[in-house]
Amino acid sequence: MTKDLNLKNGSLTEISPEKGTLGETLRKQGVSRRSFMKFCATTASMMALPPAMIPSIAKALENARRPSVIWLSFQECTGCTESLTRAHTSTVESLIFDSISLDYHHTLQAAAGHGAELAREVAMEENYGNYLLVVDGSIPLDNPGYSTIAGISNLDMLNEAAKGAAAIIAVGTCATYGGIPHANPNPTGAVSVKDIIKDKPIINVPGCPPIPVVITGVLAHFLTFGSLPELDHIGRPKAFYGQSIHDRCYRRPFYDKGQFAETFDDEGAKKGWCLFKLGCKGPTTYNACATTKWNNGTSFPIESGHPCIGCSEPDFWDGGGFYKALSMPTDNLTQTLKYAAAGAVAAGVTVGVMNRSKKNTSNKIHVKTTLEDLEK
Amino acid sequence: MTEIELLSWARGPGLQIATIVFVAGVVIRILEILLLGRKANLAEAKGSEMSNGLRTIVTRTIPDKTTFKRSSVTIVSGYVFHIAMFIPLFFFAPHILFFKDVIGVSWPSLPGAVVDAFAVISIIAMIAVLINRLTNRVMRYLTNFEDLLVWLLTFLPLITGYFAFHRIGLTAPSLLAIHLLSVEVLLIVFPFTKLMHTFTLFLARWYNGAISGYRGVAS
Amino acid sequence: MTATIEKGINALKRQVDSSVAAFFSSCVHCGLCAEACLFYTETGDPERTPINKTEPLRRIWKSEYTLMGRVGKMFGLTKKVDDAMLAEWQELVYDSCTLCGRCSMVCPVGNDIALMIRKTREGMAAAGQAPEGLIAATGRSVTIGSPMGVKWPALRAQIRHVEEDTGLKIPVDVPDVDYMLLLSSMEIMNFPEFIEAVAKIFDKAGVTWTISSEAFEATNSGIQIGVSDIAAELVQRIVDVADKLRVKTVISPECGHAYMAIRWDGPNLVGKPFNFKVRHILEVLDDLRQQGHLKLTGKDSQKLTYHDPCQISRRGGVIDEPRNLINMFADNFVEMPDGGKMNWCCGAGGGVSANERADEIRIKVFERKKAQLDEVKPDGIISACSNCRIHLEDGLEEYNMDIPLFSLTETIAEHLADD
Repeated sequence: MTKDLNLKNGSLTEISPEKGTLGETLRKQGVSRRSFMKFCATTASMMALPPAMIPSIAKALENARRPSVIWLSFQECTGCTESLTRAHTSTVESLIFDSISLDYHHTLQAAAGHGAELAREVAMEENYGNYLLVVDGSIPLDNPGYSTIAGISNLDMLNEAAKGAAAIIAVGTCATYGGIPHANPNPTGAVSVKDIIKDKPIINVPGCPPIPVVITGVLAHFLTFGSLPELDHIGRPKAFYGQSIHDRCYRRPFYDKGQFAETFDDEGAKKGWCLFKLGCKGPTTYNACATTKWNNGTSFPIESGHPCIGCSEPDFWDGGGFYKALSMPTDNLTQTLKYAAAGAVAAGVTVGVMNRSKKNTSNKIHVKTTLEDLEK
Repeated sequence: MTEIELLSWARGPGLQIATIVFVAGVVIRILEILLLGRKANLAEAKGSEMSNGLRTIVTRTIPDKTTFKRSSVTIVSGYVFHIAMFIPLFFFAPHILFFKDVIGVSWPSLPGAVVDAFAVISIIAMIAVLINRLTNRVMRYLTNFEDLLVWLLTFLPLITGYFAFHRIGLTAPSLLAIHLLSVEVLLIVFPFTKLMHTFTLFLARWYNGAISGYRGVAS
Repeated sequence: MTATIEKGINALKRQVDSSVAAFFSSCVHCGLCAEACLFYTETGDPERTPINKTEPLRRIWKSEYTLMGRVGKMFGLTKKVDDAMLAEWQELVYDSCTLCGRCSMVCPVGNDIALMIRKTREGMAAAGQAPEGLIAATGRSVTIGSPMGVKWPALRAQIRHVEEDTGLKIPVDVPDVDYMLLLSSMEIMNFPEFIEAVAKIFDKAGVTWTISSEAFEATNSGIQIGVSDIAAELVQRIVDVADKLRVKTVISPECGHAYMAIRWDGPNLVGKPFNFKVRHILEVLDDLRQQGHLKLTGKDSQKLTYHDPCQISRRGGVIDEPRNLINMFADNFVEMPDGGKMNWCCGAGGGVSANERADEIRIKVFERKKAQLDEVKPDGIISACSNCRIHLEDGLEEYNMDIPLFSLTETIAEHLADD
């Protein structure tokens, strides 16, 4: 160990492979050089980096010392963790996850109770200023008692953990934008990490849940460059959230041709036509599902015949019904239309009566015009 | 406000407000016209008011030959703009879904490329309409603030729709939200401007045809 | 001397009905009406665009009868109609419009602009903004009985001449006849041949008819100046006599607006349907033709064209009749370009010829008729309106064109077969 890991200045490549580095761990676990390089190449392409960067990624990852990661789970359903741990068990992506020093994650860690909390406190202290903070779940602000861990409110724990973090990765739509707890009427006053923490770099990795390879990809970027990847206007890495589902959807040609499934079991659905009419939110959803896919690259929701619900977008739960086409009004306009028309008929008749009485008055005050009246 | 929130607002409350103003405004305006009433014609008729009125609603669509020669730019640009605008408005699949949701009726859509082509034609024609309005001696004389405002508010849904369709400049939710908001503004000003001609031209043509037809002239 | 702006505004308020409201609501300022109006095409002056002439009425409609106008009025945002405004519009409403109605035929949204200009005149007249010439003519109509000041003795003298020339008895004040013939002052003074022609034709056809010594004047200055009350008074004189004589049909002579006044406006002005029919002389002649009571001889091989008087053709509905009649004697009949219901106005109708101030523009806009005639190059022009005829003669002289003008009725009389 010649140098301390400095996640912030991008000098990781100077560190030689040593005990505790990622390269060492990978070799110990029998991952071949070939498959490691393949992972690096995949990572580079996913992040839209030039091929010339692959060796740098490899070198950086090999030499990266396992950084301390503290994972806090607030108002969440553990779906993000499920997604991450289950989907890619035997791949390099999961190994990378094995290869960080996950010092606190109350679902995955062996320790419990005071021991678990102690692990967090120790990790925070030992790696102060350097650890990565990963958060899933939203934070309730209405009443701190709505969600606590070891008697500590989510808000307090986040504030405390954020202080010593090099950066924060908000995982899942709850942590990034409030998610389902934030959905109307938001009974707990749930907010996102970004709503609370203003002075730390935050990477938003939304999705309900996010794609595992996206989480590891972000992590790889962070380990390679020691900096945040390029983010879009709502804090998402552009490499993964740069294009809409719609633009990369393999069913797009059907949309362009105007061929739509009208129901889930009609001829169009069987032929794999576009699901726009069934409420697909692909056109307004930015995520990598259509390219990286899920379950080890097997498929993604649209490929399985279900419209995109837009889970990686803020307020996706409140964006009208999942099965209501994007171009449809979210509320019942027909009803509005009827009431408005009925009210207007009454108003219109009133106006009409006023007009007529005005005209009648002008007829009444009219005095028959004679020759005398033609000149001033 | 995030862009998705903006889009949700545009699809929800924004659309509600716009629809209420539009529907109520149009109904009030039409009643305001019809309830003024018109005296029955006491002269002996030479033709039918009703059938001639109905016929003029249709025939007035075709310009008189001499008038066409004298005002071909105005007539061609006007027709191209109107027809090309109706194609995306009524035959773009997402728009049909909108109508289906509101009025419960739907019809077949046209492929995206066709809709796109007509949108481009309509945009070009609208620019021609504006140039004509500003250069034609008569139109320039008649043009007032409302004419220019109405042009702009009609142009905006077209151009924002085009941008949303091609995702130019902003993200899809923003583009969609802007497109919807531009439509909502159009709907709100609709009943109180010359945009009302969309509905009242049927009344006007009917009256014209009825007045002439009563005297035995096909107008 | 009691015309006031208040009366003018009140008159405009009375003119707004559902058709006017639909028309104004539909105007998109496309300017097509200008290209249909000879007062624009021959001057190139955009102020003379037909729809612009209705501005006083539009302002009243907008501020009094629309939701936005009512609201706007509360905040003083509506454009006002006042003496200065009306004075400015006077020349547009009276001097630059013959109420020919060509604009009403081309408006793509279907506005009957001519009708609206006619209605605008009601407000102008009540506000004391009618031209002097028209006021004077209207005065003569009411007090003397004819806009040109023609009295019964003058007509009686003409009748005597006709009787001497033809040897036919002209029936006067005969009750229970089929037809009562009305005449325009112009026919009495300038074209007494018309009376002669009708006498000959009716004699051959064997129909019963009469002229009334009490109500012979067909023209109606009231509808030209835009005062319905006066127009109604003039119509009522005819109605009273026709009822008294129990005639079946009243004949409107070769005069455009006279036909409009008695045939289409008449019952509406007096407020009740007539007990008799009203027909234009051409309709009567065409009926006689159909019944076989009109037999002509000899064919005219000259190139003849027909000038449709606006109020008789486009605004009156008598379009096929003159053509049926012309084809009886003409071998070489040629339609003018835009002939029929789209014919261009001569430029003198709607009170323009009674308004000396409009003399210059009246001759100017004749260039449109000249252009039509230049295309056809006819040997003769047939028409059925004395006012058109006088103005056509003026125009032809002004532009050094030597084309003879014929009255259709007179021409038919000349071709009458001698049994």
